[in-house]
Amino acid sequence: MHVLAQEQLRLDAGPVDYLLLALYFAFVLGIGLLARRSVSSSLDFFLSGRSLPAWVTGLAFIAANLGAVEIIGMSANGAQYGMPTMHYFWVGAIPAMLFLGVVMMPFYYGSKVRSVPEFMLRRFGKAAHLVNAISFAVAQLLIAGVNLFLLASIVNVLLGWPLWVSVIIAALIVLSYTGLGGLSAAIYNEVLQFFVIVAALLPLTIVGMIKVGGWSGLVDKVSTQYGANELSAWPGNELTGFGSNFLSVLGIVFGLGFVLAFGYWTTNFVEVQRAMASKSMSAAQRTPIIGAFPKMLIPFLVIIPGMIAGASVQEMMVFKQTGEGNVEYNDALLLLMRDLLPNGILGIALAGLLASFMAGMAANLSSFNTVFTYDIWQAYVIRNRPDSYYLNMGRWVTVGSTVIAIGTAFIASGYSNLMDYLQQLFSLFNAPLFATFILGMFWKRMTPAAGWSGLVLGTAASLSVFLMAETGVLDLLGQGASFVGAGAAFVVDILVSVVVSLATRPKPAAELVGLVYGLTPKEERTASTTGEDSGWYRRPGLLAGIVLVIVIILNIVFG
Amino acid sequence: MSASNENGSRSGQRAGVFDVRQVIAALFVLYGLVCTLMGLFGTSSREIDQAAGVNINLWSGIGMLIFAGSFILWGWLRPIVVPTDSESESS
Repeated sequence: MHVLAQEQLRLDAGPVDYLLLALYFAFVLGIGLLARRSVSSSLDFFLSGRSLPAWVTGLAFIAANLGAVEIIGMSANGAQYGMPTMHYFWVGAIPAMLFLGVVMMPFYYGSKVRSVPEFMLRRFGKAAHLVNAISFAVAQLLIAGVNLFLLASIVNVLLGWPLWVSVIIAALIVLSYTGLGGLSAAIYNEVLQFFVIVAALLPLTIVGMIKVGGWSGLVDKVSTQYGANELSAWPGNELTGFGSNFLSVLGIVFGLGFVLAFGYWTTNFVEVQRAMASKSMSAAQRTPIIGAFPKMLIPFLVIIPGMIAGASVQEMMVFKQTGEGNVEYNDALLLLMRDLLPNGILGIALAGLLASFMAGMAANLSSFNTVFTYDIWQAYVIRNRPDSYYLNMGRWVTVGSTVIAIGTAFIASGYSNLMDYLQQLFSLFNAPLFATFILGMFWKRMTPAAGWSGLVLGTAASLSVFLMAETGVLDLLGQGASFVGAGAAFVVDILVSVVVSLATRPKPAAELVGLVYGLTPKEERTASTTGEDSGWYRRPGLLAGIVLVIVIILNIVFG
Repeated sequence: MSASNENGSRSGQRAGVFDVRQVIAALFVLYGLVCTLMGLFGTSSREIDQAAGVNINLWSGIGMLIFAGSFILWGWLRPIVVPTDSESESS
């Protein structure tokens, strides 16, 4: 925070910029009010009544993830590491998103569970359910805090208000629309936010590219100043912190691409909730696949501006070469905006940044209140009340979680590179989850006891790697520690689950229909291809194939 | 989006209430107008130099207007259809 507040970052915003910003907030609150009209039951509030079309949920799927971490964190990584940051998108997201759509979504959507933890409940029983619900809820509050903190820092830079005022006002805006319209308001706003974010980043990237003399100009500048390593995505040693090329590639593919990414995209309820809100199995399957198209292209709007800032903004170049100065990598995008954008488009750029941070935080809140209300409150604390009780409860949970997020915003301020901080959280909570899910979906013998013990010990494994790296016992720079931690969690989880399963009693097969691959009839896990789901361009498998081909081409071209 | 075949049976009616495409289009019409006007009248030559010689306000304003137009067109060609006999799903 102290860094962002400095005068050199103060953007020269004029009345037009404030007008554009105010327009944006009017629309955001308007959507909250409009969405409120369609909320009459808890399912409307928490899952949009399962009624949304695939393009809406698909864009929301991406926008929910296009929060502060993505915009600020990834442009910071772009400024610091260059092209290897692309791995977070092409290796670290796309394959996992396709896998979620094609393989896992039939079980999530088909079993009609209302949340990812509820799937755990049906598959593994209460112990695994509680572990999952609580760890998810805690992680969401922490991450909501990060998003809130970044949102407030932007307001602070723009208006010069004290941080705590910015935090509270930003929190109130998010609270008002998520509290009013529930998931629908969050999702519709995410779609709007997606377009505003693109409208903000696209002009910045274009002007930036012209400024450095096009692609060849950027290549020249980066390679003469920092070396050619930053221009190719592979092997990415700087990013992973591994000396050996082979280990670095292995770390990216297995640690980031497989364990971290699959753990994040396939079991994270923030994302899966968007797909669950869609109106048919086919639409649910298409949600992450449609989202994969913009996801492939977002790095060009985030990482490239970061690299341009690293190669052309005066303070950034000094900082990168000498490690001195009052800026840090997280400021890359803001510095570039300050240098390039005139009033008018500057207002849209600011709206886009705030939009992105609100998207992230609203997504955290809307998934948190679903899990807290359905999976903790309704399941264990106060049961069997009428639906209106839980709808009302959901609104109050939104208020409570906003208050807590304000607290966690201050925890986040202690870390200079937010991406490191979040990767650590993800590897702690998500990596073991994916192991448990994938084993549980395909191995009917896996027992309830294996479900929770694998999760607990897997989390413990990544926690110990994290602590060893923090205290210097393990010598890993960059993001390597997260990759190793995620890998350890995955392996430990699988081993523990297999050993415990062989020693305990499995659930009867009849209870696992719809939840386990071998026990679910094919028609139950196949999407319809008629009516609103007809046409080749609505076939999930084919769409996924197209995405896969494009992403391979991108890796070859920019590898 | 909701692919009601225009030639097929009309199983619902146009939803005049809330179509997120129209909301998005409305915001971008306003954004596009403000930016285009800024680009035409409110951008100094110093600002244009700063932005690598590009009148980015003008160009993005035009781009946003085109985008908004395409969304309006989409919503007009493929309106949201609300099923008249909505099956209510009880959880």
